[in-house]
Amino acid sequence: MHGRDLAVIGAGPAGMAAAAKAAELGLSVALLDEQPNAGGQIYRDVDRVAALRGDILGKDYTDGAALTAGLRHDRINHIRSAVVWSIEDGFRLFYTKNGRGAQVAAGRVLLATGALERPMPLPGWTLPGVMTAGAGQILLKQSGVVARNAVLAGSGPLLYLIAAQMVCAGKPPAALVETQTTGDMIGAMRHLNGALRGWTYLVKGLKMLAMISRAGVPRYTGATGLAIDGGERAEAVRFTRRGRTHRIVCDTVFLHHGVVPNTQAARSLGVAHAWDAAQSCFVPSVDDWGQSDVPGIWIAGDGTGIGGAKAAEIAGRLAALKIAEQMGRLTASARDAQAAPLRASRSRERAARPFLDAAYPPYDGAIAPADDTVVCRCEEVTAGEIRSYAKLGCLGPNQTKAFGRAGMGPCQGRYCGLTVTALLAEANGRTPDETGHYRIRPPLKPVALGELAAMDNQTQDAVGRPI
Amino acid sequence: MKSVSPYLELDDNQRVQVSFCGLPLNLPDGANLAAALLAAGVEVFRHTPVSGAPRAPFCMMGACFDCLVEIDGVVRQACMVEVSEGLKVSRPHEADDARA
Repeated sequence: MHGRDLAVIGAGPAGMAAAAKAAELGLSVALLDEQPNAGGQIYRDVDRVAALRGDILGKDYTDGAALTAGLRHDRINHIRSAVVWSIEDGFRLFYTKNGRGAQVAAGRVLLATGALERPMPLPGWTLPGVMTAGAGQILLKQSGVVARNAVLAGSGPLLYLIAAQMVCAGKPPAALVETQTTGDMIGAMRHLNGALRGWTYLVKGLKMLAMISRAGVPRYTGATGLAIDGGERAEAVRFTRRGRTHRIVCDTVFLHHGVVPNTQAARSLGVAHAWDAAQSCFVPSVDDWGQSDVPGIWIAGDGTGIGGAKAAEIAGRLAALKIAEQMGRLTASARDAQAAPLRASRSRERAARPFLDAAYPPYDGAIAPADDTVVCRCEEVTAGEIRSYAKLGCLGPNQTKAFGRAGMGPCQGRYCGLTVTALLAEANGRTPDETGHYRIRPPLKPVALGELAAMDNQTQDAVGRPI
Repeated sequence: MKSVSPYLELDDNQRVQVSFCGLPLNLPDGANLAAALLAAGVEVFRHTPVSGAPRAPFCMMGACFDCLVEIDGVVRQACMVEVSEGLKVSRPHEADDARA
């Protein structure tokens, strides 16, 4: 059965850039994305929103329109609102759209599924009103919804970006409660040379901090003992700083201590993953072009390790170049000639990353949460329960499923996987690689029986024509 | 549900009538349902099947499944649904429950 040359999953910067480059080089492309409009999370709904509040969101957001424009190409079939739940050999991709199952066939698959927020289990993090910082940004970008009285808690430049955007939107946050310490910043100085090569990021960071400071938003750095108080909803953030306990009343809490690759699809295909100590997460095994160790499966963007939107865009183009060359649409020398400037700019984009990773490490209190903190949100399994499974001889995350259902809820371990690995690794005195991660199987997202029953056996394009 | 929403809406879109647990709400047509419900002051989207704890949107990107609601007998992620006229939304498996 003949399908598309290439299926791309995810219409963020990596996926959009890859699809456009591949189409330009003559490949037929199916671009599947869960959202109704292209952009991914970073450029969420940019074509509609840029005119509405581009001033609040800034040029780094509105720049995404250049990528969505690249999707208007005859050889790109952008399948919107498509939730991919299985990728079978060959390749055949199964997805749900508008309550119906559907399929598309492709010779090669590029996973551009981006990043997820690093899980940040704290006392009270499951309460209504507590969200990821990314969620706060999505609310503002797509929906123009801004929290009136929010505390931003954790570490990382994303907190500054959101705070600055909230200031621009006229609702500055009540406070920034930051977990990184002066020691982290001093330690990060050994990466300062790299950071200076990526100086534009530093300048942006300083500008955002100046804006936050001018707006009178209090910042508390080196915070420990973070907890969220509340009964039916979040009511306050509690923490300790320099031996003093603080409590800040708020309606909304946005949590963030970094983002991590979304590895669900890659894992379901059997791509090898290894622990990346610098970024404290698992990354899939890919070569410099994004080709994985599973023939025909490619990965580009933050899904291979966090590098940001610009680096993701470049990675998407590099993957498309190599795929086109493999398919005989481009000579190796033409491929390399186009790749050279991309590699140079990717190196610049990545230059500040080691500094940022060191200056804004994950929050220890959420990497090793207290015993009574829920770590698996879906099945409400606590850190203490995971530790007790280790005492009973549980060595890896797959066993925790049998012990107490951790990772077996609808999110399928997306927001507890790294925590469970860290807890077991610590309790058993083993490395994250030895401890491993949940085995991910299809369906990658829950599928209703009705959606399966309504499934077409033919592979189809977006308007329902068999291909 | 509080009378004053913890969220400010910047856009002024045409509104359509939907209901949440029987309560009528005017939400922006075509908006993201999870965002629109939050802005309308809905605080608890569901209760967990394990302990009955209250939950509401957490990731807003289709990954966490905390914003599950029931629409026409199907449990769906509110953050992946668009607002449309006449949508009847309830907490999952609480359609006849008066706890709104």
